[in-house]
Amino acid sequence: MLRLEGLEKRFGDVVAVSDLWLDVGRGELLTLLGPSGCGKTTTLRMIAGFETATAGRVLLDGRDVTTLPPQRRGTGMVFQNYALFPHLDVHENVAFGLKAQGVPRADIPRRVERALELVDLPGYGSRKVQQLSGGQQQRVALARALAPEPPVLLLDEPLSNLDAALRERTRSELRALLKSLGITSIFVTHDQEEAFALSDRVALLRAGRLQQVGTPEELYLEPANAFVASFLGRASFLPARVVAAEGEIVVCELSGGVRWPAARGGVDARPGAEVRLMLRPEAIALTADGADGAGSLPGRVTERQFGGATTLYRVETPAGEVLVQAGARAAAQGDTVRLHPADASAPRVYPATEPPSR
Amino acid sequence: MAPDTAPSAEAARTASGTGAERSRRRSSRTAVLAAVVLALLLWLVLYPNLYVLADSLRMSGRWTLAAYARFVRSPSELGALWNSIWISLASVALSGLVGVPLAFLFTRFDFPGRRLLAALAAVPVLLPPLVGVIAFLFLYGETGFITRGVQLLLGLRAPPWRLNGPAAILLVHTYTMYVYFYMFTSAALARLDPAQAQAARALGASGPTVLRRVTLPLLFPAIGGAALLVFMTSMGSFSAPYVFGGGFRVLTTQIFVSKLNGTPEDLALAAVEAVVLAATSLLFLGLLERLERGRAYTGAGKGIAPVRRRGAADVGAGVVAFLVVLVLVLPHLTVALVSLVPIGTWTTELFPPRLSLVNYRLMFTEPARLRPILNSLSMATTATLANVALAVAAAWLIVRRSFRGKGLMSALVVLPWALPGTVLALALATTFSVHAPWLGRFVLVGTAAILPLAYFIRDIPLVTRAALTSFRQLDPAVEEAAASLGAGPARTLGRVVLPLVLPGLLAGALLAFVTALGEFVASILLYTHATRPISVEILSQLRAFDFGAAAAYAVLLIVVMAIVFGIGQMAAADDAVRRGGG
Repeated sequence: MLRLEGLEKRFGDVVAVSDLWLDVGRGELLTLLGPSGCGKTTTLRMIAGFETATAGRVLLDGRDVTTLPPQRRGTGMVFQNYALFPHLDVHENVAFGLKAQGVPRADIPRRVERALELVDLPGYGSRKVQQLSGGQQQRVALARALAPEPPVLLLDEPLSNLDAALRERTRSELRALLKSLGITSIFVTHDQEEAFALSDRVALLRAGRLQQVGTPEELYLEPANAFVASFLGRASFLPARVVAAEGEIVVCELSGGVRWPAARGGVDARPGAEVRLMLRPEAIALTADGADGAGSLPGRVTERQFGGATTLYRVETPAGEVLVQAGARAAAQGDTVRLHPADASAPRVYPATEPPSR
Repeated sequence: MAPDTAPSAEAARTASGTGAERSRRRSSRTAVLAAVVLALLLWLVLYPNLYVLADSLRMSGRWTLAAYARFVRSPSELGALWNSIWISLASVALSGLVGVPLAFLFTRFDFPGRRLLAALAAVPVLLPPLVGVIAFLFLYGETGFITRGVQLLLGLRAPPWRLNGPAAILLVHTYTMYVYFYMFTSAALARLDPAQAQAARALGASGPTVLRRVTLPLLFPAIGGAALLVFMTSMGSFSAPYVFGGGFRVLTTQIFVSKLNGTPEDLALAAVEAVVLAATSLLFLGLLERLERGRAYTGAGKGIAPVRRRGAADVGAGVVAFLVVLVLVLPHLTVALVSLVPIGTWTTELFPPRLSLVNYRLMFTEPARLRPILNSLSMATTATLANVALAVAAAWLIVRRSFRGKGLMSALVVLPWALPGTVLALALATTFSVHAPWLGRFVLVGTAAILPLAYFIRDIPLVTRAALTSFRQLDPAVEEAAASLGAGPARTLGRVVLPLVLPGLLAGALLAFVTALGEFVASILLYTHATRPISVEILSQLRAFDFGAAAAYAVLLIVVMAIVFGIGQMAAADDAVRRGGG
């Protein structure tokens, strides 16, 4: 449906996006995720036509639109600040795209009302844009973009101006609506939780380069590199050395001599290789000192963060600092504890040379 | 990642070529428009002034400093320079003494009618330069109401004072220019965070200490900005010294006299006078720009409405405010009354014995009297339309595009503001009195084109500033939204950009229109009988002692100005509602 081929954008000497290849299927909801300045918005603007790629192509339904101006691409867009037309009322805002595309005058009121019903604002047509709440403005912006029935909908952080509670509710409503319409959507956000909740697939960018694209589960459970692992959720990295490798499983020795199994991922980890072992807090079990010590890592709790449903423990060990998620009463600050891998496939190894950023 | 699509890298390269081409095409369109606008500005704003500079250094075809030598050696020239400077400094001091306390009066006290009186306190804005001068003539001149009243009251045989010389000039300047102090200080006071003063009180400071140590320092940038504006306006002021000066010379009137004398030596001297005046003004414009940059911290206040005092002091404040405003609207009332006096019917009485609308009837029916109105209307309209076209192009380029020469363009669009009308008139008279097309010089002096051109140049800063503000407030995402909905450039411009930019642009254009309608300073040097504008006609009616006819024109200008300011206020309020609601 939408295909990016080697897309690149330079602003002078600055490379905002480089060599980006991406395929988005019909009806798919894909999120471009990454820290600010990673190139996600620039990519979206190249798809919309507000920026011209300095290399590569944008294909919509097999049609090369790389050099087409925005108004001839047919992509709908929802802007971060909504960009509603302040001099027009809700009806006129939603009708704008229909008129621009030459929809017969008689059909316009019906289609506007249908778009407003989709976003749950029926009968709001005569309201002034300024009389609406932020959430309502956001929905008008969505209705305006959907009314012309674009083949592809682009959304540039559309929820970031809503307060936290409203954002969470809008998120699931938005996903349900887009999936029921079957519209191909590309969503830009810097919020990992939002990306996971909304998307079929997530494309994670960093410094203009695509790091990994896949379902939320793939990205979280099988991060392609240490950046992906550390950007999505919490992770501890411990220096380690590979002592054995068997298929997808390797055995690492941590400083202090403890040996833990880990998934190899795509890393070339031969015995003797220096690596970093990535541990998710929920993939480690924490027990009180004195229990079975074999294969476990001794440590001392330096910080306890009670977070309601989960409690995080920061544990200082001979191999380095490890974040562990456990029950609220598992340990107290200052306790000496032991750590075990709870799921043998969850820890992963990455090359020692590439530092986790963030 | 899709390594299997590698073969299309070739296609990708081809596409990159066309993409770069498209952005090149867009930037070359920008460059062409920028070049046209820059060329126009250089030709009309900078070039004529360079001719004045050259003329000041040239005599009978040779480069020489002779004219400068004559300027420095002549006591009357140096006297005029000194007069310009001290009159301007005194105008600053007097305007500040009126405007700043007035601003405090209206923002810090509460009394019945406060809002109406606060609005009326800005009425001197509604007087075109020459009209303000003649209003004072009717009030405080030898035969003015106040003068006669005092004379009758005291039973004097001669008028108690004569309205001329520096005192008269300062009176008019204070009346017309305190408005800058009043408006700037009011705005700054409204932005002040009352918590700052309360914090000082909580730390044990007394009322006067808070005023001296906290409030005034915070107001300083606003007051300083007003002071520089008054200084510049005063340096460039022509009407008051021209009408009331008598033997008292300032630079602007000296330029006029030297130019009219017309010998080569005098023309060179006029050029020197213009250079000295322009240099002084530019110096102060530079200071003003620096001050504006430093003003940012004033805006940091939360904009909480100050808590107004209520109590016994309010009664006194109300009385003072009422009296002050009465004095301020007196000139308008006087002009209106005089406009009802048929010629030759009012001799020695305190109040005119007969009132009629004959002056208005003649003004609109007698072709010779209607002529100046039609002239001013058509010339101001032409100039304003040109201003709007240039301002939209320049503002769009400056706000939305990047191109070489942007800094130069930004400077050129404010430059006419720093150049007194007399200097501009002299520059145009010099440059456009010669036919030399290859040098960009044409004979425009004496034609119908020269006055609209002068109005156009004088109003470039006003209209461009309005357009710049409008474009800066316009979110680029709104234009992108229109494009993403399928609107081409024409539809985006017509349905989105112009409707949103129009209120601000219209306000600026209307202001430019009324300024041009009442323009006097450049007109008096450049008009011909056939193209005489309203202001010049007012002056000649005054000279013919038909005060009623002169006043009728003045009332016309005041009414048009009041309407335009009313529209501007409504547009601003409308705009605030539109933007503020969300």
